[in-house]
Amino acid sequence: MSSHTFKPDMPPPNKVFGPMAWMRANLFSNWLNTLLTLLAFYLIYLVVPPILSWAIIDANWVGTTRADCTKEGACWVFIQQRFGQFMYGYYPGDLRWRVDLTVWLAIVGVAPLFISRFQRKAVYGLSFLVLYPIIAFFLLHGGAFGLTNVATSQWGGLMLTLVIATVGIAGALPLGIMLALGRRSNMPAIRVVCVTFIEFWRGVPLITVLFMSSVMLPLFLPEGMGIDKLLRALIGVILFQSAYVAEVVRGGLQAIPKGQYEAAAAMGLGYWRSMGLVILPQALKMVIPGIVNTFIALFKDTSLVIIIGLFDLLNSVKQAAADPKWLGMATEGYVFAALVFWIFCFGMSRYSIHLEHKLDTGHKR
Amino acid sequence: MQNQIGAPKQKLSFSDPKVRAWLFQIITIVAVVSLGWYLFNNTQTNLQHRGITSGFDFLERSAGFGIAQHLIDYTESDSYARVFVIGLLNTLLVTVIGVVLATLLGFIIGVARLSPNWMINKLATVYVEVFRNIPPLLQILFWYFAVFLTMPGPRNSHNFGDTFFVSSRGLNMPAAIAADGFWPFVASVVVAIVAIVLMARWANKRFEATGVPFHKFWAGLALFIVIPALCALLFGAPLHWEMPELKGFNFVGGWVLIPELLALTLALTVYTAAFIAEIVRSGIKSVSHGQTEAARSLGLRPGPTLRKVIIPQALRVIIPPLTSQYLNLAKNSSLAAGIGYPEMVSLFAGTVLNQTGQAIEVIAITMSVYLAISISISLLMNWYNKRIALIER
Repeated sequence: MSSHTFKPDMPPPNKVFGPMAWMRANLFSNWLNTLLTLLAFYLIYLVVPPILSWAIIDANWVGTTRADCTKEGACWVFIQQRFGQFMYGYYPGDLRWRVDLTVWLAIVGVAPLFISRFQRKAVYGLSFLVLYPIIAFFLLHGGAFGLTNVATSQWGGLMLTLVIATVGIAGALPLGIMLALGRRSNMPAIRVVCVTFIEFWRGVPLITVLFMSSVMLPLFLPEGMGIDKLLRALIGVILFQSAYVAEVVRGGLQAIPKGQYEAAAAMGLGYWRSMGLVILPQALKMVIPGIVNTFIALFKDTSLVIIIGLFDLLNSVKQAAADPKWLGMATEGYVFAALVFWIFCFGMSRYSIHLEHKLDTGHKR
Repeated sequence: MQNQIGAPKQKLSFSDPKVRAWLFQIITIVAVVSLGWYLFNNTQTNLQHRGITSGFDFLERSAGFGIAQHLIDYTESDSYARVFVIGLLNTLLVTVIGVVLATLLGFIIGVARLSPNWMINKLATVYVEVFRNIPPLLQILFWYFAVFLTMPGPRNSHNFGDTFFVSSRGLNMPAAIAADGFWPFVASVVVAIVAIVLMARWANKRFEATGVPFHKFWAGLALFIVIPALCALLFGAPLHWEMPELKGFNFVGGWVLIPELLALTLALTVYTAAFIAEIVRSGIKSVSHGQTEAARSLGLRPGPTLRKVIIPQALRVIIPPLTSQYLNLAKNSSLAAGIGYPEMVSLFAGTVLNQTGQAIEVIAITMSVYLAISISISLLMNWYNKRIALIER
């Protein structure tokens, strides 16, 4: 009888919890991943410290003139000094409260629509959509109710960017919905007109549209009928954007099952009522994220009005950077503008993703 | 069926949908035509009052201004038509370079976003979120005014191995100039391509007949290197390189890429790549994991799994949105007007329009060029899409 000996204990298995295990699984799982991780750290080392030291550590935060920027980093004094111009353009200083009020009205007015417990959203939303533009126009433009007139040539900065973007999308939505319906119509003539319109505007860059509206629109109109520069740009933007909105809406219309069209017809609803009561409410709800995305694109595209000489946020920055008193401030200015645009666009894209999850009721197929 | 025969012949009535349809269409056509006529009429009167003669005669007049970058010969006495061609070529140049670079970068970032490596994954996400949310025009202006124009002058340029120089005047690089062996070399490349095609055909035929695989890729690569190399040995080098040299205040010799071109292509590449990365990511994610597992269980190694199973299926999802990104890039190249790179919009719709005042003709030409570019890209991509589309029973 040989004596029984136990084998030595096996070593414990690798940990599957905790930071070490996480790093092993996600950063150093094999030699290639380890190499990539090291490369990523090297990239971060190359990029982040210089940016941090330029933008924060070595930056100049206080002062009033260029001479106050003594440290090597960014000169944020420039942004502080020109902040008003970046936000309001050449809007008269003592009247800027009107712009602020317009923005606050919009925020306060829209807020109830985001409260899910608020009833009668449709009625409230529609009346807001009708009333707000009128109030906003008189507040910004003035010329009535004892408000001094501020010509649109004095509008500028972020305010102008927002005006172009919101008016652009508000004008493009109804036109785009009509175009989308027209494109799916059974009547060949209407279909051809809509398809031509949509494909034309989608095929040309916005810059040429703006060029066209600024040099050709005055030729198209009857003699002696002058037309405001901003209005010209807005017309171009609305026509251009409506083609993109139309394609998004068409996507929604196509996603509605055929049964819905047939059911509406079987209920005895005519074309407009079946569209207005059955199809569009479902289709539009489905394409809200898509519309938000076109709005983001439009928001970025508003920067193109620089080409026809309107002073939006980007052009204000460009002008300020060309000021002899602040030469060499281009980087600070563009970084600031990029940050503003980025905050708006990133916020909206997050919101669009959130909407997509919230509105997904399993209709898509 | 029976009662239809006896049905009374319908009268022309507004309650008949067909009649209404005709009526609406006629109204639409009349409205469109009369709007067009109204605009045309107004334009005619306006042009008469301003004393502008319409027509395309101005294209033959001499332009009389210099252009910073022209791919074909150009002097100030050349006609506006030649200016148009130069603008068109410059637009196409930016578009082609941008499409190639953005596709490469976009695919790399898109794959990186799917990487199991947490660091790489997050870096790619940051890249996408940063660059797609900043307007392209702003990016162009940033690269141009804040990066390239603030570079040191030619005398203190960044020197990369005495061959590439980056300065505020752009990128100076060696120029390739055709030498004695150039045309034989071109011919040898053609011969090599024909040989590769023949080899691939033979290999495919043998594979289908016997099932014996052939290393097509390596054999093809060998053919592609050996034949032109032999030719170069026989007839001499095909190209000789002309190095840029610093003489006085600027570089002499070699090719120069102007800073406008660099800023524009860089910004458009970086911007479009962020969108392409998202498209690639969603395309690859759309191929279900079962496909990978099935391929692996059939004994395919990771490489062939990716090449023969995942990518062909992902491409079907990727191609249509990729097409619209290419179109966007072509259209965004018009943003060059913001920094004065001489392409269609800044050169033709900008300078030529200002000089001649022929607004309608110039804008019409410019828009038709972009329409033509858009239509050709979408035709090309539709053709490719049809080729790789799933053929269902």
